Amino acid sequence: MSIIGWLQISLLFIAVLIVIKPLGLYMARVFSGERNVFSPILGPVERGLYLAAGVDPNKEQGWLAYTMSMLAFSLAGFASLFAILRLQAYLPMNPQGFAGMPSDLAFNTAVSFVTNTNWQNYGGETTLSHFSQMAGLTVHNFVSAATGIAMALAVTRAFARSNAATVGNFWVDLTRSTLYVLLPIAVVMALAMVWTGLPQTFHADLSATTLEGAKQTISLGPVASQEAIKQLGTNGGGFFNVNAAHPFENPTALSNYLNIFSMLSISAALVYTFGQMVGNRRQGWAFIAVTAVLLISGVAVVYWAEAQGNPILTALGLDAAQGNMEGKEVRFGQAMTALYAAVTTGLSDGGVNGMHGSLTGLGGLVPMFLMQLGEVLPGGVGSGLYGMVVFAILAVFVAGLMVGRTPELLGKKIEAREMKYAMFAVLILPVTILGFTAVSAMLPFAVASVGTAGPHGLSEILYGFTSAAGNNGSAFGGLTGNTPWYNTTLGFAMLLGRFAYAVPVMAIAGSIAVKTRVPASKGTFPTDTPLFVGLLVGIILILGGLQFFPALALGPIVEHFSMLAGQTF
Amino acid sequence: MSSKPVAPSLLDPAILLPAVKAAFVKLDPRQLVRNPVIFVTEVVAAVVTGLFVRDLMTGTGSPPFSGQIAAWLWFTVLFATFAEAVAEGRGKAQADSLRRTKSELTARKLVSAEGRETQSIPATSLKVGDLVLVEAGELIPGDGEVIEGVASVNESAITGESAPVIRESGGDRSAVTGGTQVLSDWIKVRIGVAPGNTFVDRMIALIEGAQRQKTPNEIALSILLSGLTLIFLVAVVTLWGLAGYSGTVLSVTVLAALLVTLIPTTIGGLLSAIGIAGMDRLVRFNVIATSGRAVEAAGDVDTLLLDKTGTITFGNRMAADFMPVPGVSEAELADAALLASLADETPEGRSIAALATGEFGRQAPAVSLPDAGKGEVVALAVGGGASQVGATRIDAVIPFAAETRLSGVDFGGRRLRKGAVDSILKFTGIRDENVPSEFRRAVDQVARTGGTPLAVADGPRLLGVIHLKDVVKPGIKERFAALRAMGIRTVMVTGDNPVTAAAIASEAGVDDFLAEATPEDKLAYIRKEQQGGRLIAMCGDGTNDAPALAQADVGVAMQTGTQAAREAANMVDLDSSPTKLIEIVEIGKQLLMTRGSLTTFSIANDVAKYFAIIPALFITTYPALAALNVMGLGSPQSAILSAVIFNALIIVALIPLALKGVTYRPVGAAALLRRNLLVYGLGGILLPFAGIKLVDLAVNALNLV
Repeated sequence: MSIIGWLQISLLFIAVLIVIKPLGLYMARVFSGERNVFSPILGPVERGLYLAAGVDPNKEQGWLAYTMSMLAFSLAGFASLFAILRLQAYLPMNPQGFAGMPSDLAFNTAVSFVTNTNWQNYGGETTLSHFSQMAGLTVHNFVSAATGIAMALAVTRAFARSNAATVGNFWVDLTRSTLYVLLPIAVVMALAMVWTGLPQTFHADLSATTLEGAKQTISLGPVASQEAIKQLGTNGGGFFNVNAAHPFENPTALSNYLNIFSMLSISAALVYTFGQMVGNRRQGWAFIAVTAVLLISGVAVVYWAEAQGNPILTALGLDAAQGNMEGKEVRFGQAMTALYAAVTTGLSDGGVNGMHGSLTGLGGLVPMFLMQLGEVLPGGVGSGLYGMVVFAILAVFVAGLMVGRTPELLGKKIEAREMKYAMFAVLILPVTILGFTAVSAMLPFAVASVGTAGPHGLSEILYGFTSAAGNNGSAFGGLTGNTPWYNTTLGFAMLLGRFAYAVPVMAIAGSIAVKTRVPASKGTFPTDTPLFVGLLVGIILILGGLQFFPALALGPIVEHFSMLAGQTF
Repeated sequence: MSSKPVAPSLLDPAILLPAVKAAFVKLDPRQLVRNPVIFVTEVVAAVVTGLFVRDLMTGTGSPPFSGQIAAWLWFTVLFATFAEAVAEGRGKAQADSLRRTKSELTARKLVSAEGRETQSIPATSLKVGDLVLVEAGELIPGDGEVIEGVASVNESAITGESAPVIRESGGDRSAVTGGTQVLSDWIKVRIGVAPGNTFVDRMIALIEGAQRQKTPNEIALSILLSGLTLIFLVAVVTLWGLAGYSGTVLSVTVLAALLVTLIPTTIGGLLSAIGIAGMDRLVRFNVIATSGRAVEAAGDVDTLLLDKTGTITFGNRMAADFMPVPGVSEAELADAALLASLADETPEGRSIAALATGEFGRQAPAVSLPDAGKGEVVALAVGGGASQVGATRIDAVIPFAAETRLSGVDFGGRRLRKGAVDSILKFTGIRDENVPSEFRRAVDQVARTGGTPLAVADGPRLLGVIHLKDVVKPGIKERFAALRAMGIRTVMVTGDNPVTAAAIASEAGVDDFLAEATPEDKLAYIRKEQQGGRLIAMCGDGTNDAPALAQADVGVAMQTGTQAAREAANMVDLDSSPTKLIEIVEIGKQLLMTRGSLTTFSIANDVAKYFAIIPALFITTYPALAALNVMGLGSPQSAILSAVIFNALIIVALIPLALKGVTYRPVGAAALLRRNLLVYGLGGILLPFAGIKLVDLAVNALNLV
């Protein structure tokens, strides 16, 4: 580890910290329907869209109607994306003449983008037409993120309101998040990325002759526009197969900074928006503090583990000071790779700028564990916020009892109904991740897909299902995912991780909204103090992470201790 | 604070022995299914027992190991059922004595309401509306209302208080309870409650836990615990597959051990004991709650409505000061007031005498006037000044009467009077415009501070004003400050005018008051607070309190109160002490805190158990995992067995805490949370490391595996 490395890391967190408040306040204005800087230009567009879709923006929905709208929208999105991917050969803008995707891969990919996972079992530059990338994937990069934001807004309103039957209008929230938040920032970010060297063109590819005289095909396309929203919407699905490790997707240290900055900023600012809208900004900061504690610890562990390097290689005479550079881009180094790895997994982004499978045992454990915690650090845009609220409900329940009161969060009593839905939501991740991993680990044809035998192979499978269920999308590398088995099971893992989690959360929102908001007294313990931050960190680690300990013990933990003992597999 | 009743000893064989028996009876899966965590443990124990038998028969595996694991899993279940049985056992003794009073009651049913002709029938065949006659020495056959007569009644069977109470028809003292004994006179009672549903019946059922239903908070907690159980079930079942990939075949026995140590058996096993113990604690405070829900609600209360009289103040006004008019010395006024009050036997009159002889150092006559009577020579030996009278013949004694609102004495041509200001002014014959302004000022001053002014006169001469005020109970202000620290507002309810009420409110340190309160006002106030999402507790005794008692989230009726009040409330205080409300709140909080603390402890325990069991399971496949064996446990088998044994023993170790409850301190919520997190959270993580290590040392020393 170096001081420069830590400076790079801190600088980024400081940059994000600076934008949290203004961006959070801006979003609070937007989602409350107040006028904002873009109203003069985008206001007519917004009203036009409502008119065209026959949506009355003033008519709010109850939680069930809101959820049904969300599900219907996602289903329609899945169907259209599936069709585009299957039929791309017959659709325009296909200069390379790619054939349609096979059905299992199309299923996996469509689910992947609709659920904001962006797991990629395909190589973008060798499989997808520009139309599929732009009209298919990029559209969902926007709307799947907007869907997440919408659900977070419903949860936010549930806490902000008292005795309310409605939680907002899904169509309005979807439109506003896309129009006023994601689009303007994406435009600016895409231009900035073009400036740092990302291609933005309809050219298919270039052919070049290398110095050795070999022919090389250099893939091109509308990269910058997809990259911007890939990070802003915590999607993570890259234009190229190797994602942000590709020099056209992430050419410089600066573009790398922009990458991490854009994935963190909206998600973190949304937490502030939550605080603003429920009338307790300190609560927003408290959640951000929880995120910061866990995320920075994650970065530190990865950075430390990678800087330590591999004692086996050191014993063979490699310079120990170099640490572990396997799978990393030299233009980023260990600090920026560690930061990227922790942020992308804490966030449910899933873009990568290095190969996670090449991290040391401990270094690889962290991204996996951060995803297993439920993608709440600060999580996918929207989805992270409501995931954090679920953990906060569990934390106040236990803590509230300890001070001798029926637990309350932000003045809303947490009772059996909320506990039922919260536990259901928390149950989804272990059931999906451990269930699919165990079944795959026992099926010979599924095991055949792993790249490396032994504990690392188990890590590959575990990472895959963790990433899918957490709607992250990053891969460990090594696992051949494009098989009917993994296309299908990973697809279902993504669906469960998104919708089987979101529906109970929406039910919580409905149940919370109708409750009376009780004014705080000295008997209610405050949920915006360092003490509560510490408690919430503990609850997330114990309720979110402890159940994965046995599985991790057989994967990255064994790898780590074996490496220390000089044993490889 | 009243002294806390002592709980029966935990080691009392009269409770322990039946509890051991009951612990086995409770193994019935049909009963246990109500407790999902322990039910799962029982199922797992049965499965491992089956494996043990298979190991024995076939000679495969390691029968001593699976046998011991099975035994300790059964112990885990038994310890949980034992905890519940002990908690129940403590109430049983009380229930049995109640049941004895109830048995073989006969009723003397009146043939007609007017006559006294009766026929004997068994109390169990009484119907609502029947009239019965109860005479001295007889037991009242059922709950009801006195419609005729006055009697002293011994209610010690219910209240434990041996002093008899008066029960009479009409008013707020008309309710009688079945099983209590009439000591003198006779009463006619109209039966108000059908047999089987009387107060004593309900009490027995509550104490025995027969009607015990899970409270809302218990249900929510059970959901959390069941959810955790499911999560760990998934983690353990899938581990079999993951281990298979890694080349380790895990036996069902070790997986079962892992599962049971991970699921929250500690809190699962103690949950119902905590609830029963909470009710039991209330019973020992002589409060009967009609449901566990009410006890929990008590912990949540935001606002306490307290009657001023009896709760905040002593209930009667007392003389606090003498304020003479110019030209009259304090001593002269005090003497006059003292003499004029000698014929006043009301508490107020006595307090005037007490103030004069106490703080003002006047001397009372050797013989009290009412005994001396008119015309007797009494030594009115009073020291100093104009009122030096010596031995004098009393001409007339005027006792205090509600109509005249004054009292006094005539002797030696002097006519001393004290009483209500307007009565005294009328007596002196001073016309309104001639009343000295100093006197007016003094009267106003007293009234402004919430006191009651009395005037003193000697014939036509006004001497001054006596300041009567409500005296706030000592220590009550600190009590309210403690409540405020807990986040509970106190609201004083009084029939006084707003000026008086405000003065007392500020002296007692309540947060708000409700002056000139009618029962409707109380009800409206409760409704308003509840609409703001607050939970209200109040106590009351009269029939007119009934609607408010029913509306309040926690309504505590006095045992001396009317039947209507007792029916409307969800708790009955057998001591009829209005300050009891504060203790009830504390007990409610303690109940929730105990649940929360043990839940935290139980979950925190899992960390150490992983470090014990995971390396033990995989050490053969991956020797490098020995690094996780931070406790340095002897062997894989001893590690697993030790974790299971620790998991079982911790339940027994925590039974006293579950029954006694976590200590409650009236500090703010944040301080309370910090303390409990430290003790039960951090302690819960660290303790099992030491505990499992110790058990492992013992297991290895005894060569158990």
